[in-house]
Amino acid sequence: MKLLKLSIPAAAMAVMGVLAGSAMAADTIKIGEINHYKRMAAFANPYKQGIELGLEEINAAGGVLGKPLEFIFRDDQGKPGEAVKIAEELMTREGAVMLTGTILSHVGLAISSYAGKKKHLYLASEPLADALVWEKGNKYTFRLRTSTFMQASMLAEAAAKSPAKKYATIAPNYAYGKDAVAAFKKALLKLRPDVEFVTEQWPALFKIDAGAEVQAIERAKPDAIYNVTFGGDLAKFVREGTTRGLFEGRKVYGLLTGEPEYLDPLKDEAPEGWIVTGYPWYDFKSGPNKIFVDAYMAKFNERPGIGSLVGYMTAQSVAAGISAAGSTETEALVKAFEGLKISTPVGEIMFRKQDHQSTMGAFVGTTALRDGKGVIVNWVYKKGEDYLPSDEEVKMLRSAAK
Amino acid sequence: MSLLIAQFLTGLANAAALFLVASGLSLIFGVTRIVNFAHGSFYMLGAFIGYSLMQVLPGFFGFWSSVLLAGIAVGLIGVIVEMFVLRPIYKAPELFQLVATFGVILVIQDLTLMTWGAVDVLGPRVPGLKGVVRILGEPVPQYDLALIAITPFVLFALWYLITKTRVGILVRAATQDREMVGALGVNQAWLFTGVFFLGAALAGLGGAIQLPKGGADLLMDFNILAAIFVVVVIGGMGSLPGAYLAAVLISVLNVFGVSYIPQSTLVLMFVVMAVVLMVKPFGLLGREEVAGEHGQVGEPERPFKPAGKKGRIIVAALLLLLALLPVFGSSFAMVLVTDIIIFCLFAASLHFILGLGGLVSFGHAAYFGGGAYVAALLVSSAGTPMELAFLLAPLGACLAAVIIGWLCIRLTGVYFAMLTMAFAQLLWSLVYQWDEFTGGDDGLVDIWPSPWLAETEAYYYLTLIVGVGGIILLRHTAHTPFGYALRASRDSSRQAEATGIHTKRVQWAAFAFAGSMAGLAGALFVFSKGSIFPTELEIARSFDALIVVFLGGVKTLSGAVVGGATLELVKDYLTRFEYWRLILGVLIIVIVILAPDGIVGSLRKLGERTGLLREAEVSK
Repeated sequence: MKLLKLSIPAAAMAVMGVLAGSAMAADTIKIGEINHYKRMAAFANPYKQGIELGLEEINAAGGVLGKPLEFIFRDDQGKPGEAVKIAEELMTREGAVMLTGTILSHVGLAISSYAGKKKHLYLASEPLADALVWEKGNKYTFRLRTSTFMQASMLAEAAAKSPAKKYATIAPNYAYGKDAVAAFKKALLKLRPDVEFVTEQWPALFKIDAGAEVQAIERAKPDAIYNVTFGGDLAKFVREGTTRGLFEGRKVYGLLTGEPEYLDPLKDEAPEGWIVTGYPWYDFKSGPNKIFVDAYMAKFNERPGIGSLVGYMTAQSVAAGISAAGSTETEALVKAFEGLKISTPVGEIMFRKQDHQSTMGAFVGTTALRDGKGVIVNWVYKKGEDYLPSDEEVKMLRSAAK
Repeated sequence: MSLLIAQFLTGLANAAALFLVASGLSLIFGVTRIVNFAHGSFYMLGAFIGYSLMQVLPGFFGFWSSVLLAGIAVGLIGVIVEMFVLRPIYKAPELFQLVATFGVILVIQDLTLMTWGAVDVLGPRVPGLKGVVRILGEPVPQYDLALIAITPFVLFALWYLITKTRVGILVRAATQDREMVGALGVNQAWLFTGVFFLGAALAGLGGAIQLPKGGADLLMDFNILAAIFVVVVIGGMGSLPGAYLAAVLISVLNVFGVSYIPQSTLVLMFVVMAVVLMVKPFGLLGREEVAGEHGQVGEPERPFKPAGKKGRIIVAALLLLLALLPVFGSSFAMVLVTDIIIFCLFAASLHFILGLGGLVSFGHAAYFGGGAYVAALLVSSAGTPMELAFLLAPLGACLAAVIIGWLCIRLTGVYFAMLTMAFAQLLWSLVYQWDEFTGGDDGLVDIWPSPWLAETEAYYYLTLIVGVGGIILLRHTAHTPFGYALRASRDSSRQAEATGIHTKRVQWAAFAFAGSMAGLAGALFVFSKGSIFPTELEIARSFDALIVVFLGGVKTLSGAVVGGATLELVKDYLTRFEYWRLILGVLIIVIVILAPDGIVGSLRKLGERTGLLREAEVSK
């Protein structure tokens, strides 16, 4: 019971410490990185390691503006409200010059709105929602990763080449799944107006009832299936579908299915012959892709995921942006990021001026089994700029926002 | 026709794991009266342990022994939890233990992450049961048939254990009247431990047995939680055949829902639960609940009284300090305190119905998030000025609470809690799915306050005035005739009725009032963050408030505020560490054990014992 008494003054001191705040001498350039390190650990950790690798290289080469670059990693528990609070703390108390991070789209949108209001720069590294750069885009938000629309368009292009006419879709029942289905439909119908969508399945995220979904799709007798499920849902869907023969004689197009984060857990049950977007880190023979993979594996002794690549490119983008701006003032940074070109492992990318989306592309290939593990083969890297809507369309989409 | 049969079989197979886990929860609740939030964690542990064992033990027998061993291992973990976490706090106020089980969830989450890593694992397939059987031409996986066969067997074994053996008789007797069983010389402590072992083992078994149909991941603990609560409630708390019936009902309906109304996947089970509870208030096979009436455990509580002079001075000093915060604090400090005040108002509104009214709501986020959404929708869709939207938010939340309250108020205890959760979940899925209007998962963004409140400092003062005002209003209401009537309805509805109090009407009004204050907190929240997402309507949000009310002390007036402020501050500090969930979980468990009356309640007792506070004053 003594413990309790003692802890009161201690707690009070802690409170005072938090309230009074502390200004630290800034001898590094700090970046506030917010992510769901706990809630989505399987994706956030490779991402964090990618950043660490990038930082090591940047700082070994002298940092930016003559100072070392530093990322402050903070966990937001996957809650948008929490993320906004942390963003405030990072910018006003920790002395961060800009914000990066998030995987979940809604958290990304919350930070983006905050950044727009408070005029801080936010580089949304991983969230995929199209709204982030279009309907709800703002001056201070940039997005690095290949968006839902772009990846879905790449798959639609591949699908248009097959004779399949009747499509079934299956996507998790939330914004990302809905965006992904809408984008695929739009792109495919543009190329092939004769295509028909015979059923749309909407399992609850991470609560799929795979047996029932497979039966429902089978009932509609489609020629091809478009899959947006991922993670545990994907594993269950693949297993039930394979067991019940759903995929026999049907083309399947899978968004993100080929990314190591999602394909590896399936082991030797990984589906074969699906056309997917992914990341074939195992197949690079030479060039910048290979150099990145080797450096990553040397440092962490594990394979990179798509998150690792995005993390690495986040660090690269930040360093390039600050160097180009020649300062850490937000307005200068925004100006520098617009049209900023960076050479990355996947080639040169650019942050577009018209919508702040980067032109990072994606690898599209066919799944196969190799040594008892799922891989993608016959892949090509598709450049992001070829799958973005026209400038007029972008202008229209962004005019809805401020 | 053949497809219908195949679909029905799929439903039956899905019911297996659900039944196993739910029956464990039902058993634990029936005997110990503990609402075990950590039950999903036991399920997750069963899956991970089973997976690891299956890597070592090969073949058909290896698989089934792994399943059994996983069940036993999780059962033993359950025993550890019961002996070290729950046993010290059986005497605490009713439902207090759920806070401890919440701490257990956090601890298990991080320990699982440390042990098995972050990557999802896919369960192995069962050797010999990999194929399909054609039934009327439709493929049915062999393992599904195995599950369908096993479940009734487990149900029968449990039924036999409970109805035909001596242990079962004791368990049933304890379910009816714990004190009496103790008085008759049965070692209650070990009986509880045994039941906890069995309950946890069933959850572990459920986790391991579903491996061939899925796998193990770190989110599965929370993902199954709502479903098993629904099953237990539909079946009737404590009834095993009821749990089986409900698991089958939910699973089969879900399979057909997927086929014929694919968009229904989020809400179907909550709709079923709401309908069942409105027709049969105690579930399909449940009996009327007696706990929570006269004769609850623990010491008789002392009446609330207005704060004394000393208390008022302390509060006034604290408020002065907060009012001066912009002078000496940083801008982040203001943001942090804004968050804390909002959360405290939310928690205090829950405390009003929970502490004063004895109405345990598991769905209070509906009014917090509801109020926030009302304000956000008015601004974004109707272009309403911020000030007006701010005022209308509590009214919107009040309306929701009036409707939901009217539907729920005739239930009591855990059934009431569950029905409130069902309606909160309905509201959540409505917001989640109606994306043309509510923005769905992408939420509503750019909901910022008017220019005169835009600065952090100005908004801080608004929060301070409105938030603290709301808390004081709630507190003041406790001492009005309405507050006394509410407390009378809680303590003894019969006597209260006899003195002319219309207890249900009083409770209904209290529910609506608490709802509108939660809505007020929601309005403060949305304009401070600039955006709103369905996460603010989630079950987890409701639990946040529930936890702090108990943690602070449900039988004290300031419990919610103290608990809320403490937990928010601690969380803000701890989330900077990698394994913060583990630390927070342990901290919650320690607090719960050291302070079984909640922080305020236990500090008060401590103060009285050491002479710092005077023993409960007789009169003013």
